[in-house]
Amino acid sequence: MAKMTGAQMVVEAMREEGVEVVFGYPGGAIMNVYDEIYKHKYFQHILTRHEQAAVHAADGYARATGKVGVAFVTSGPGFTNAVTGLATAYMDSIPMVVISGQVPLSMIGTDAFQEIDAVGISRPCTKHNFLVKSAEELPEILAEAFYIARSGRPGPVHVDIPKDVTAQLADFNYPKEVKLETYKPTIKGNARQIKKAVEAIANAKKPVFYLGGGIIHSNSAELVRELVDFTQIPAVETLMARGTLRYDDPMLLGMVGMHGTYAANMAMSEADLLIALGPRFDDRVTGKLSEFAKYAKIIHVDIDPSSIGKLVHVDYPIVGDLKAVLEELVPQAKAKVDPSRYEAWREILNRYNELHPLTYEDSDEVLKPEWVIQRVGEKLKGKARISTDVGQHQMWTAQYYPFTRPREFITSGGLGTMGFGFPAAMGVKRGVPDEISINISGDGSILMNIQELMTAVEHRLPVINIILNNNYLGMVRQWQTFFYDKRYAETDLSMQPDFVRLAESFGGVGYRVKTKEEFDKALDDAISKGVVALIDVVVDRYENVLPMVPAGGSLYNMLLEYKD
Amino acid sequence: MIERRVISVIVLNEHGVLTRITGLFAARGYNIESLTVAPIPGSKYSRLTIVTSGSLRVIEQIIKQLHKLIPVYKVIEHTDLIEKEMVMAKIPLEERLADVEALCRAYNGNIVNIGQDSAIIMAADEPSRIANFVSALKRFNPKEIVRSGVVAIER
Ligand SMILES: Cc1ncc(C[n+]2csc(CCOP(=O)(O)OP(=O)(O)O)c2C)c(N)n1
Repeated sequence: MAKMTGAQMVVEAMREEGVEVVFGYPGGAIMNVYDEIYKHKYFQHILTRHEQAAVHAADGYARATGKVGVAFVTSGPGFTNAVTGLATAYMDSIPMVVISGQVPLSMIGTDAFQEIDAVGISRPCTKHNFLVKSAEELPEILAEAFYIARSGRPGPVHVDIPKDVTAQLADFNYPKEVKLETYKPTIKGNARQIKKAVEAIANAKKPVFYLGGGIIHSNSAELVRELVDFTQIPAVETLMARGTLRYDDPMLLGMVGMHGTYAANMAMSEADLLIALGPRFDDRVTGKLSEFAKYAKIIHVDIDPSSIGKLVHVDYPIVGDLKAVLEELVPQAKAKVDPSRYEAWREILNRYNELHPLTYEDSDEVLKPEWVIQRVGEKLKGKARISTDVGQHQMWTAQYYPFTRPREFITSGGLGTMGFGFPAAMGVKRGVPDEISINISGDGSILMNIQELMTAVEHRLPVINIILNNNYLGMVRQWQTFFYDKRYAETDLSMQPDFVRLAESFGGVGYRVKTKEEFDKALDDAISKGVVALIDVVVDRYENVLPMVPAGGSLYNMLLEYKD
Repeated sequence: MIERRVISVIVLNEHGVLTRITGLFAARGYNIESLTVAPIPGSKYSRLTIVTSGSLRVIEQIIKQLHKLIPVYKVIEHTDLIEKEMVMAKIPLEERLADVEALCRAYNGNIVNIGQDSAIIMAADEPSRIANFVSALKRFNPKEIVRSGVVAIER
């Protein structure tokens, strides 16, 4: 076998893994690898304009396709710019491999130019990381990186490669199969526990499905739909699980948590059994822990044992891949569960829904952000992927967009990263080119990675950015309104760029709209042109996201309206 | 209720593995009372013995989080175990060495070296007894005391 350089190995490994696109940004320490990229056509490289965006784009690609996203960055500042992207992916369990250049081995630890302890920095925000010490071990490390990223509870893996290692020659034997003695995720759930869980469901009077992001990662929405459909047990979804059930599923009570619906939060509060499928009991969902699901026994299925029982006592813990567990559980439930048993419970929840449906007051004078999102939904539901940034617009999207399937909604849940939406939407577009990719953003968030307009135009990734422009860091402004006596400290964003000209200067198309008619026209135009677009939508400055559970409050104490 | 626990962790001998373990404790605010590490003879693994304390929920999380680290092969939460710790100390020669020696012997120890101006003593015993030994030793004005941390093995 002919010897290869470390840099060649990196490129060959991408081919072995079937990587079709790498997002990245070159620099001194990773130049050998980029020189190899120049020479071959194994995969497309997309040059972003900031490393953070490269990682978010790889992340968006992974979220939309379920495949491993890949990004390349250089040492020092290249790597530190990538950290927010790693942390974002880590918090939401996204499969990803990030490869960074490092100063030569002999210079590590000398404070060399563009040296940083990259593996030290990435350790707490990756599933695993590697510092490569020789080209010999590189094939094995790369294969392990991909394997670890996609198996078990998925997550980002970081591989730091010193420059001299990318120049070293060694044999390239890419492992066909990875076996790690020390890493064996549990796939099959314990059969006795599953049986007990089914009995608990069959005996419950007020059960609720508490659906979490693990459903999306394990591709088990189909089975969940079957289970919900058969048992006729009401269900709530976390932010990360949106799209598990169709928006019009009669059993769906909506999103749960801080900005959840009244019916969803009351269902959690009054249930006698929570059937938790892949959620992680985030504090934005549970509210005050001592009041959370006080009357309920809890079934919790999760592939990550450390996720189970971390915050609340779980009566029926089941460790395993959700899909494998459901494949066993669903037929048993069908044999044991009588859907008519929960009729009275459904009645109660229906009444809650009628009492306090998700709603807002529309207006003819000023555009309401909720209306804009509903409108996008009317035009595009089932045909587009929707990414968001972080803030009010994110919550309204989660509340009002009619999601029809998993992986339709792409958002930073765990870390809540502003600047995520647009680069992620580019990754989404690259991953599912036949669908429309829309990023719903705020006037604050969009400026955090606006430079990617250039990348999107250059690589023909026609993302449509819809900016719900309230001239505020809206979500923070909302908290200031409710909890800080309207002292709007440093949240006023009246000073703004001309978004239309900004989009045009990058070679995209810009629109500024103030009415429903204008919005319709702009969206239709952007869709039909199929170009990179930015629609600056002037919306009500003072609209609040409701309902709201104040941070640390109990789920059943929701603010349902706000009166000035 | 705060409990004291001795946990053994078997890990692959690889770059950065110790930082991974201590980083896990540091990042989550878990307590490490003592930590000893050494390679397991004839294998590619090392054994860490960690003494920690926390509520039952914290201990459970520590165990689960340790399991989650990729190079961790095994986590043993000891229930029935033999624990030993070693201590060395430097005692000035002016002290009554006969008494020091008698004290050492009561704790499985000995004088192991006598130099120009001090004697070095050593003892190995159960951690709680070592604590008693150290406080009894105070009377002899030790110049330096070095404890090894706990090692443990299942009975
Ligand atoms: C990188 C980052 N910095 C700060 C925050 C805190 N934060 C959360 S929401 C928000 C306001 C977002 O404003 P905008 O993007 O205009 O969206 P809106 O809430 O107005 O819809 C801020 C500053 C964050 N989530 N991420």
